[in-house]
Amino acid sequence: MQNKDYANLKRNMLSTQVDISKFKDFDFEKATDEEKKQQDVMGESTTFFKDGMKRLRKNPLAMASIIILAIIIVAILVLPSIVPYKYDQSMMANGIRDRGATNLGIMEYSKAELERIDAGEKVFPHIFGTDSLGRDYFIRVVYGTRVSLSVGIVAAIMVLIIGLVYGAIAGYFGGMVDLIMMRIVDIIYSLPDMLLIILLSVVLDDVLKPIIEGTILAKLGSNMISMFIVFALLYWVSMARLIRGQVLSIKNNEYVLAARCIGTKDSRILTKHILPNCLSVIIITTALQVPSAIFTESYLSFLGLGVSIPMTSLGSLANEARAGLQSYPHRLVIPAIIICLIVLALNLLGDGLRDAFDSKLK
Amino acid sequence: MNNNNNNEYLLKVDHLKQYFPVKDGFKTLQLKAVDDVSFAIRPGETLGLVGESGCGKTTVGRTLLRLYQPTAGRIEFDGDVLFDSGEQYDESGKMIVDATGKPIRGKKIDVDMLPYRKKMQMVFQDPYSSLNPRMTVEDIIGEPLDVHNLYKTKAERRERILELMEIVGLNAEHAMRYAHEFSGGQRQRIGIARALAVNPKFIVCDEPVSALDVSIQAQVVNMFEELQEKLGVAYLFIAHDLLVVHHISDRIAVMYLGKVMEIADADDLNNNPIHPYTLSLLSAVPIPDPETARNSQRIILEGDVPSPLNMPTGCPFRTRCKYATEQCAAEMPPLKDRGDGHFVACWNK
Repeated sequence: MQNKDYANLKRNMLSTQVDISKFKDFDFEKATDEEKKQQDVMGESTTFFKDGMKRLRKNPLAMASIIILAIIIVAILVLPSIVPYKYDQSMMANGIRDRGATNLGIMEYSKAELERIDAGEKVFPHIFGTDSLGRDYFIRVVYGTRVSLSVGIVAAIMVLIIGLVYGAIAGYFGGMVDLIMMRIVDIIYSLPDMLLIILLSVVLDDVLKPIIEGTILAKLGSNMISMFIVFALLYWVSMARLIRGQVLSIKNNEYVLAARCIGTKDSRILTKHILPNCLSVIIITTALQVPSAIFTESYLSFLGLGVSIPMTSLGSLANEARAGLQSYPHRLVIPAIIICLIVLALNLLGDGLRDAFDSKLK
Repeated sequence: MNNNNNNEYLLKVDHLKQYFPVKDGFKTLQLKAVDDVSFAIRPGETLGLVGESGCGKTTVGRTLLRLYQPTAGRIEFDGDVLFDSGEQYDESGKMIVDATGKPIRGKKIDVDMLPYRKKMQMVFQDPYSSLNPRMTVEDIIGEPLDVHNLYKTKAERRERILELMEIVGLNAEHAMRYAHEFSGGQRQRIGIARALAVNPKFIVCDEPVSALDVSIQAQVVNMFEELQEKLGVAYLFIAHDLLVVHHISDRIAVMYLGKVMEIADADDLNNNPIHPYTLSLLSAVPIPDPETARNSQRIILEGDVPSPLNMPTGCPFRTRCKYATEQCAAEMPPLKDRGDGHFVACWNK
């Protein structure tokens, strides 16, 4: 075999190489097919999404946040059909308003209800008591959470869509286009958003009322609509800046040049090559946008600029509770805790998503 | 193979210039990445392009493919003019100007490149950044097919992709994998398959092996040669490794600071270099035998490469050339034929 060729070579004294001439052919045994197969260490082909989810599952904080959010979402979807009260309905006894049912504490019953229970009737308990108008507080909290959460999600989606399109175009085309588009962003950045929301709600109130009359939107009230419009007008700027920065760095990759060399159209390069590569940033920022929108909604409602009565949100519930704070502190504490839970869970989830999907932290 | 015209060249580049604006405070300077470069490539031929980093090799390749808008010059491919800025040149290579010193311009030509993207392609230097990490191999190789509508059914597309993977020596089972699951050599093969997907006549290979380690370099270079035999493509092979370039090229062009200094047949250039810059480049090639290496003389150039923002007058190499004279400072030497297609741009040698 080849040993002969090596035998003629002078061997260095200090060489640590295996001296093949010392071995005979029968010292070796051929590997069986099974043994060869063991050498094939091949990981499963994973996609970007699967890979990220795997890492997300290992993050206990993020998983706890997902569970809490899932419970809250299921609760606000299911509970209104289980609880026999409505958010805008005062407690009734024998066809007239039950005056004893106002300002009840947690799990308390009014006199009229106690009589009905004694008579063998079943009465659904007021889990969080009732408010000063005799409305069941639990169902109001459920509806408030519904409104707050949907405001957060709708606002985040609007911010995402506008910011994504604007930022991607500015970043991709660069040069003069970028310069002008980013100066517009700077101008919007410098506007005081609170002032704009107040002005817009006053102006839009008159304009929007006849338009939304009779639709589902009417229940939310024109204040809510103007809040959405403000979100759409103002809050996308930070998203747009972020996406632009990402696009600017990604478009210099050789695979973008390769795509241009192939003759790929700009729109296809953006959607197929550039945006998928800033997906991690997009997911994370959108997740973090939801709590910030909920916060804005909450303090606007607290100031009385949010949803119109009798519809409620977590912020306006807290605002109403201010009046009886000394006697009924739970009415402030409950919506406050729920706001905290949602915001905390979404922030932790956003952090977890960033850790799981951001390839730079791998 | 090139029977639709009687032009013997597949690609002809004349007086190509590519300047980039560079902002320096309030002034805008011009970076002359490629300055008056002319060469031609025959069908099925490989032209090697060498030079140190920053001399404009890559820019030449990218400008040819019109990934950059050329500042001036003329690019002719397969009998069609792709770009012509309209300047006219006389026999000796000087721009024809009118009485006021302005160049006399002919017709400007600037065609839509999309149909030509099917005929000229590019293989990139870095196999890690030239493949989109979010796409499977199938999609990466299939993208040129999608863009140019080169298939009728999904099955046809898949068949073509598998065929291409086979040509470049990739396992068909790997079609659904992502680029990060491959080694450098395999990734470069994916990049080559993508370039081959449209059946090009001409491929710009932009340092395709410099990011790979030596054993893989040999595999990939040999594959380039096999593909050329099989498919008859012409290459512009850009590299800074003279040994690799000598191995694969029919002819070699040497660039320095955006200008071509010498063009010759590969063997001719290797055995009989004329330009002082080529001489020093060749002397820097490592010799595998230590005995010969000890005895050979290395020509070490003095000084640094001048900034392309502030080019020396005349010949750009004169600041580091020991033969430099006043004439070198006054005027750039034209690229002159010294016999057998050996072109050199030097006044003194």
